[in-house]
Amino acid sequence: MGLPGGQTLPALLLEHARIRPNMPAFREKHLGIWQTWNWLETNSEVRALACGLADQGFRRGMNLAIIGDNRPSLYWAMAAVQCLGGIPVPLYQDAPAADMAYVLENADIHFVIVEDQEQVDKVLELKSLYPGIRHVTFDDTRGMRHYHQPELISYQSLQELGRRFDAAHPEFFMREVNACQADDIAIMLYTSGTTGKPKGVCQTHAALTGRARVVAEMEALNETDVVLSYLPMAWVGDNVISYVQALVVGFTVNCPESSETVMTDLREIGPTYYFAPPRVFENILTSVMLRMEDASPTKRRMFDYFMQVAKQVGSRLLDGKQVNWSYRFLYWLGDLIIYAPLRNVMGLSRIRIAYTAGEAIGPDLLTFYRSLGVNLKQLYGSTETCAFVCIQPNGMVRPDSVGLPIPGVELMISDEGEVLVKSPGLFKQYYRNPEETRAAFTESGWFRTGDAGYFDADGHLKIIDRARDVGKLSNGHLFAPKYVENKLKFSTYIKEAVVFGNRRSYCTAIINIDSEATGNWAERRGIAYSGYTDLAAHPDVYELIAACIAQTNQTLSEDATLTHLQIHRMLILHKQFDPDDEELTRTRKIRREFVENKYEQLITAMFSDKTSQYIETQVKFEDGRQSLVCADIKIADLKVFAATGETR
Amino acid sequence: MKDERVIGPVILDLQSISLSFGGVNALTNISFDVREHEIRAIIGPNGAGKSSMLNVINGVYRPQQGNIIYRGVPRKDMNTYRAARSGIARTFQNIALFKGMSVLDNIMTGRTLKIQSNFLLQALYWGPAQKEENLQREKVEQIIDFLEIQHVRKTPVGRLSYGLQKRVELGRALAAEPTILLLDEPMAGMNVEEKQDMSRFILDVNDQFGTTIVLIEHDMGVVMDISDRVVVLDYGRKIGDGTPAEVLANQDVINAYLGVSH
Repeated sequence: MGLPGGQTLPALLLEHARIRPNMPAFREKHLGIWQTWNWLETNSEVRALACGLADQGFRRGMNLAIIGDNRPSLYWAMAAVQCLGGIPVPLYQDAPAADMAYVLENADIHFVIVEDQEQVDKVLELKSLYPGIRHVTFDDTRGMRHYHQPELISYQSLQELGRRFDAAHPEFFMREVNACQADDIAIMLYTSGTTGKPKGVCQTHAALTGRARVVAEMEALNETDVVLSYLPMAWVGDNVISYVQALVVGFTVNCPESSETVMTDLREIGPTYYFAPPRVFENILTSVMLRMEDASPTKRRMFDYFMQVAKQVGSRLLDGKQVNWSYRFLYWLGDLIIYAPLRNVMGLSRIRIAYTAGEAIGPDLLTFYRSLGVNLKQLYGSTETCAFVCIQPNGMVRPDSVGLPIPGVELMISDEGEVLVKSPGLFKQYYRNPEETRAAFTESGWFRTGDAGYFDADGHLKIIDRARDVGKLSNGHLFAPKYVENKLKFSTYIKEAVVFGNRRSYCTAIINIDSEATGNWAERRGIAYSGYTDLAAHPDVYELIAACIAQTNQTLSEDATLTHLQIHRMLILHKQFDPDDEELTRTRKIRREFVENKYEQLITAMFSDKTSQYIETQVKFEDGRQSLVCADIKIADLKVFAATGETR
Repeated sequence: MKDERVIGPVILDLQSISLSFGGVNALTNISFDVREHEIRAIIGPNGAGKSSMLNVINGVYRPQQGNIIYRGVPRKDMNTYRAARSGIARTFQNIALFKGMSVLDNIMTGRTLKIQSNFLLQALYWGPAQKEENLQREKVEQIIDFLEIQHVRKTPVGRLSYGLQKRVELGRALAAEPTILLLDEPMAGMNVEEKQDMSRFILDVNDQFGTTIVLIEHDMGVVMDISDRVVVLDYGRKIGDGTPAEVLANQDVINAYLGVSH
């Protein structure tokens, strides 16, 4: 069956309700049991909500904020708003109050739909910063018995109002849906912004559905596919895959029970189509490796042997290349006793297509999953480009490139090395920000991605780094911090790394250790520690991390253009980077400039010959309290290899 | 939130309770009452007789003297089974869960008295037992949802952190749908965050289910924050009784806690 032809998201919703009314559309676990809503039920839920909003005075052209975890009810809220010709604005639910108030004010929002009491409290608190909030709808009624504020209404009561409104004005809903045009703005996603204030990216129905459709056809997605939606709804990746593409293709969206149960839910659902940023794949790998270390020696030996086999031939088999029969047999045996059970434990048994995006993935990480038979591919895109710019085609996946442009996308590399894009999926504008909108395009209408990259011999796009971050060492060699950081982060024990060296004579790094993996390692060695800070400062941990970095240094030394990026000195930070301290964005990307300013003392010390540095830092807790943490941080010198790796 | 809660009449009245073990007087002539829907705290230094008091209430110990009037009826020949039947559930100072069983199964044991179908039908999962199992499971799931422990539903209790185990124990007591819930040091050994969570759950239980709560707790901050009335014991005697503010101002209580020169 081909894909339905609707151009707007509301039209697509109605079309699914007509052509496959009884197929599952959404699932959510309630009281331990998966509940299913088919397309027909979804349609009537959306309709009731839309009419309820209309009854409260929500009109075409208005904006509505959505705050909460991934819940079917919140996806329906998005659809209901679009049916009315309004614009939904999903927000990151863990964003601090000031950031939220900025977005609400910037988007001139009077209507908010939230998940539960926690978000209601937050929104009510925001009223002091931004008094424009007039209607707050909450989905989960738990703990809400004593809230009597006039602006509050429960999701169910609102739907009830809607049903009555619908009965009184039966022609209203369809009239509004039919008035939606393909080039109306369908959604506004605020970019997390590694610099400056968030900007509202306006995407049209045509851009979203168009891109989603092209990719669905490329990958032969169909209505029997299954996804698990667990990434923030405000992130373009989740929005395009769990919402837009679900409406374009008609596959089933599953919402986890809570953010802590995602891994269990992943196993129970067994998605066929999966999308995650590299850190999720890293976490899965870390947890597997941790458990392997606790396994019996026989099991460990078997695991090590077959993982070696997989590394040699797994990716080649997945790409359909020639492999001799003895290796084929070994891989078959490995699949029987190691790979298939492992995929099952990770919840990836049924995967047909898995994407990773948002950041560059470590080549070894990508190879690990592919060698197990998981068709993991890199995707390149951004909020402004509807997430889809380049995809690695099946059978042509390489660890170091992001693939070929998808149909309809034109790419160009500017003279400065920046990747420029023309695509039907380009955003219309930044909301009420014509200056930034103009600045995002070149004079000839190309969108500036802000990424530095180049094409390899086969036309695959390779991304080096954020264009702003790429620099030069004082001896004139290329400085690309991200590249090295990703290599470092492949070590189980390193959670986060920030590399410095622009306009300096050598490179240094600030390291965040992975508390779980390193903690486990310490326990097995009988090293006592009281918490993260204690563990991070332990001399044995320093030795462990130094050895990990030395390994990276060695691989860097084997490549003539990268050998200058070897890390000469490093320190392990006494605290973990945290979005609440503004060191990371909400999507957990390093805010390099901020980190550089905040830890200037430490960085200066690393480029001197000091062996330790005292520092005081402010730590913010989730509830807004602050405290001062001070530490005397040791700086370690690392082993550096000569350019051709001959020290081996 | 608290002001909207209606505190009812006296549900449990303890009159002149005395309890001794051989020559040791654990409780001497103690009287106090518990009203419906209130949170009543029992505090006191170590060895003051707090746990003994709780054990008297749910029938583990039988006092030598004194009367217990529960819902207007004097109680005689009380034992633990009858206490449970009459709607009194409790948690223990030292966690008493089945370590090898999952969280789900542990909480399910709290439903024992609510299960109607007989043992044989249950073993065969046959007839009415089938329907009942689903019904009981739903109740248990509601508690799991309430206590936010979905992520460990199927984890053996022995593998959980101390704070989570305490939460599971509360869950098991809740599964009995008690009228009075006795909590013996629900927050002992917890960190600040876990204590905050536990306090919130206790308040929510009291508010949403209208359960009367009698708790023993050492953390004065917590006691003063969440309880409606406090009774203070010292060496088996009652030395104070009243609202948190009254108790804090009581000179005997100050002496007992800070010590006084004799």
